Amino acid sequence: MSAITVRCEQLRKLFSHTPAVYNVTLSVIDGEILALLGPSGCGKTTTMRLIAGFERPDAGSVTLSGRLVADPHVFVPPEQRQVGMVFQNYALFPHLSVADNVAYGVARRQDRQARVHAVLDLVGLNGLERRMPHELSGGQQQRVALARALAPQPQVLLLDEPFSGLDAGLRDQVRGEVARILRESGATVIIVTHNQNEAFLLGDRVAVMNAGVIEQVAQSEELYLAPATRFVAEFIGAAFFIPGVVQADGLETEIGFLPQPMRQTVGATVEAAAHPDDLTLIADPQGAARITNTSYRGGAYLYEVRLPSGNLVRCEGPHTSFYPLGTSVRVELTPGHPLACFPKN
Amino acid sequence: MQTVEPMPLLKIEQRSWRTFRFSGVTLFLWGIGALVAVALLLPTLYLIIRASSADGAAWQNLLRLRTVETLGRTLWLALTVTATSALIAVPLAWFTVRTDVPLRRVWAALAPLPLVIPSYVGAYLMASALGPRGLLQQLLETVLGIERLPSLYGFPGALITLTLLSYPYLLLSVRAALLRMDPALEEASHSLGRNVWQTFWGVTIPLLRPALGAGGLLVALYTLRDFGAVALMRYDTFTRVIYTQYQSFDRSQAALIALVLIAVTLLFVALEARLQRRAYYFQGDTGALRPPTVIQLGRWRWPALLYCAGIICFSLALPAIMLLYWLLRGVAAGETIMALGAATWNAIWASGLAAVITVAVALPLSLLVVRHRGWLTSLLERLTYSAYALPGIVVALALVFFGANHVPWLYQTLPLLILAYLILFIPQAVGTVRSSLLQIHPTLEEAARGLGKGPARVFLTITLPLLRPGLLAGASMVFLTAMKELPATLLLAPLGFKTLATAVWSAVSEAFFAEAAAPALLLILLSSLPMTVLILREQNYERDHRSL
Repeated sequence: MSAITVRCEQLRKLFSHTPAVYNVTLSVIDGEILALLGPSGCGKTTTMRLIAGFERPDAGSVTLSGRLVADPHVFVPPEQRQVGMVFQNYALFPHLSVADNVAYGVARRQDRQARVHAVLDLVGLNGLERRMPHELSGGQQQRVALARALAPQPQVLLLDEPFSGLDAGLRDQVRGEVARILRESGATVIIVTHNQNEAFLLGDRVAVMNAGVIEQVAQSEELYLAPATRFVAEFIGAAFFIPGVVQADGLETEIGFLPQPMRQTVGATVEAAAHPDDLTLIADPQGAARITNTSYRGGAYLYEVRLPSGNLVRCEGPHTSFYPLGTSVRVELTPGHPLACFPKN
Repeated sequence: MQTVEPMPLLKIEQRSWRTFRFSGVTLFLWGIGALVAVALLLPTLYLIIRASSADGAAWQNLLRLRTVETLGRTLWLALTVTATSALIAVPLAWFTVRTDVPLRRVWAALAPLPLVIPSYVGAYLMASALGPRGLLQQLLETVLGIERLPSLYGFPGALITLTLLSYPYLLLSVRAALLRMDPALEEASHSLGRNVWQTFWGVTIPLLRPALGAGGLLVALYTLRDFGAVALMRYDTFTRVIYTQYQSFDRSQAALIALVLIAVTLLFVALEARLQRRAYYFQGDTGALRPPTVIQLGRWRWPALLYCAGIICFSLALPAIMLLYWLLRGVAAGETIMALGAATWNAIWASGLAAVITVAVALPLSLLVVRHRGWLTSLLERLTYSAYALPGIVVALALVFFGANHVPWLYQTLPLLILAYLILFIPQAVGTVRSSLLQIHPTLEEAARGLGKGPARVFLTITLPLLRPGLLAGASMVFLTAMKELPATLLLAPLGFKTLATAVWSAVSEAFFAEAAAPALLLILLSSLPMTVLILREQNYERDHRSL
């Protein structure tokens, strides 16, 4: 079993009496990349700053490689935590050259030059040692920030929205590059992002956070197929909800019976989170459902369908045949896997 | 769930508050803050004490028509100087930013220069050019036989001098606003069917209003605080009346009038602070905006050129020519610059000392204000800012009373003069240091902490080097203003301690115009030196950062 590098226990932080982080418990194992995903203002950056030591927790604790660094009685300042941080604005020291920026955190007793050289090699910036930060492009600045954080060989590397400062074209390219660097460095990483693609691309596991609370920590597929909460279902893959009644052996809905184990009591009304690919659309002149909106999504049409009950669902149809607005259709529930069910709102 | 736990949470907050606030460093910062607060309050409080000991006659004098007249004259001068400055500055700013007027870069570069001319030097040069028996009159007499000109002394002289010296404040703030203005706003107006003229009045001018207000109040404050120009032009505003009273040893009376002046300037400073806050909302995105669009003037270029050249001619070329004229007359009469050695050294020594000490005090004060936000620090910040309201003559008067009565061992010594400079110029220094501290993003310090350096090392290796340009700018500004400061130096300098400012003053007040030229020129050159360095550095910095 791998060692736990970062452990947060019941972490809590209030800003003027409103909780920014509420009872967050989280662990990251050695060499793992954990993505902390959530909408802006959900407390993900505060969580990271608590781990780095830029904020003091109001309750709970942070443990780094078995060493307690923060709880209501203990506070180890950031400079003694061996935590590398890549800031959203990179925070490169404007008065220091690339090499001096990278060397800043390397201890004197180490061979600084060799270390700087090695890290700049890793991020592919050899030859730019003497440049000043403002002479670099956005992507280069980001790699310097990454190199600077990696140079002291931190126990854990924290990245705060690392790609938000780059324009869309550059972002895809840099994302792949950063993913490579992180894997090669073997570092333990927490990466904070509001972008689901980034979280899925970079994270071994993804922690979804909302309103100061961690809703679910899991691998990407699991978040998509088995969301633990209604928020996760909506935030990941934009699910919609189909009401149904719990039976002994499954869920009865207006578009079909779903045989699957149920946790809720028989007879209760619940909602199943579904994605467009969980439904099948059949053109049927006798069908009671109507197409109310269409859009083309490279390779398939996406339809919005109004069911006889008035509920709206979305489903995909092949790009070989197109159904115009108002077409009478039938919709069937055919997920091929259990759907997550939540109590009705 | 939350109702169970508020008690322990509250305790935790209190403890962390204490550990954060009262470490050794913070205690030191608060100590400096308290000392500065005492120093800044000293003049006003002492004047209040003095005034309250004034007898009934002094109070009656205060309420007499003369005081009301002085108040009226002071306000009238401030108002008219501001209005004429706006009339000069707005077209000049607009021409140099938004039109293709010939040589616009030259006009833009020359226009702020009158700021380096001390008001008493400006007044003396104006008087010797346009006054009775001045150069203009002599010229007219030989050519046209005109023997008398309308007298320059009094209101017209003060108005002309102060306007030509202080309009750059308005010019700079209006120019900055024009440069910052999003061209899309005017384009939107055009797309909605408004022509250039309608757009100018409907969009541009309203957007300039905060800049006009802020710059205008700076001009008004300059006028209210000025002593040199009104004294030489013999126009009885508050500062001149205070000086006269002081000389006639009617000190309680002087204290009373000084307090009235403080009340007036405080009002203007408060107004200015309000406008500054409002102006903040008018600045849109700070992101890279498109440069302003340039309007083709066509054949209107030539009147525009004449206008720009005329303003520069009056505010810069005329004083320069007069200065040169008196300098040559002085040389012809056997004046030598050598005689000014002691005065020059004294001026540099006193101003340099003031610059270093003021910035050394401003640094901890700014750290306190920026990094330890709270009601107490914002109060301290406001107090520092309100020191803008203290005219030199008032601070000097208060310190003379205080020194002579309570600390005779300090009276007429250099430290007391430096204290006066500190009180007068700390708002500038804090303003500069504070804004460069604000430009250092807190994440820079956090990044350094995260890389394993303690707070002291981070301050030395990151904060201080990044702050250096700001500290340098603050020190140069204090140096420049301290060099020019007349009333405080006049009243507080040790016996026999002559500076360039007092040398100019004593020569001019006895109408030895030729004798005043050399120290005036030296004064302008020495005080504009740091400013030139600053401007060049700033331009280099901008060029470096624009190369991206």
